[in-house]
Amino acid sequence: MEGDIAQMGQFIGAGLASVGMGGAAIGVGNVVGNYLAGALRNPSAAAGQTATMFIGIAFAEALGIFSFLVALLLMFAV
Amino acid sequence: MATEESSGGLVFHPMDQFIVKPLFGGDVIHWYTPTNVTLWMFLTVVCITLLLVVGTRGRAIVPSRIQSVAELSYGFIYKMVEDVTGKDAVRFFPYIITLFMFILFANFLGLLPKAFTTTSHIAVTAVLAMAVFLTVTVVGFALHGMSFLRLFWVSAAPLPLRPVLALIEIISYFVRPVSHSIRLAGNMMAGHAVIKVFAAFAAVLAISPFAIIAISAIYALEVLVSFIQAYVFAILACVYLKDALHPHH
Repeated sequence: MEGDIAQMGQFIGAGLASVGMGGAAIGVGNVVGNYLAGALRNPSAAAGQTATMFIGIAFAEALGIFSFLVALLLMFAV
Repeated sequence: MATEESSGGLVFHPMDQFIVKPLFGGDVIHWYTPTNVTLWMFLTVVCITLLLVVGTRGRAIVPSRIQSVAELSYGFIYKMVEDVTGKDAVRFFPYIITLFMFILFANFLGLLPKAFTTTSHIAVTAVLAMAVFLTVTVVGFALHGMSFLRLFWVSAAPLPLRPVLALIEIISYFVRPVSHSIRLAGNMMAGHAVIKVFAAFAAVLAISPFAIIAISAIYALEVLVSFIQAYVFAILACVYLKDALHPHH
């Protein structure tokens, strides 16, 4: 594979940036896991909190998306 | 954006699908040039009009299928605005449903093959998020005057801590439109770029069955994410509005 140091930096940086998505996965799993644990204890109160769960998922997911965006920008937009 | 040389040994360019191109040739884009962005935004508005206006034209008591879908989406957003922002905020309902419908249809239309996802551009989502931010700030000051700034003074915290918390709250207030816009644009761009990357794998004969299954799975996830991101944009706009309408913690 040809290229120069800058391109190597691009690839290495993109690989490093994708590590951030692991944190996002843990965060989203945390939110949904806690929701499930609560919903199985108190099923009638669960329906009212689905909106809160989705907001929590969006916030946790957003940071993973930011890190994916950094990886994409490094790879393809220099 | 990406040039031929910067991508060295790569032969596919998954980010090329996000390039804004003029519709009728030429490569200079003025503010009045019809581009693929304007075309797909126009199609979004046409689809929304077809669903909500033409679909409910019959006004049947027992709704037809299209009228039923229109009524369901209306009721869903109405209930969300009522629950999150409160009963006195239903005058903001037209704005929230406009936001939700536009983002939902723009996301869904972008899933069609060869289509362009207008909400994947930070330019589009930044305008939407800035509009929400300006609306919330103007409504807050118009309704409460200077006591809108009580939003940043956390009275539940001990007194020495309050200035520090106020600074943090002000910073996070101004970061809101940033995260609001990047969340939507990033999700859409990331989803479509991933589909394109898997599509490039499908060109390699050895792994193409797995690549096609992977594309289908990611496509299904994208449909779900399109809906969830539209819903999250709208519900966060409602949460920010609630902050403006009731700034005391």
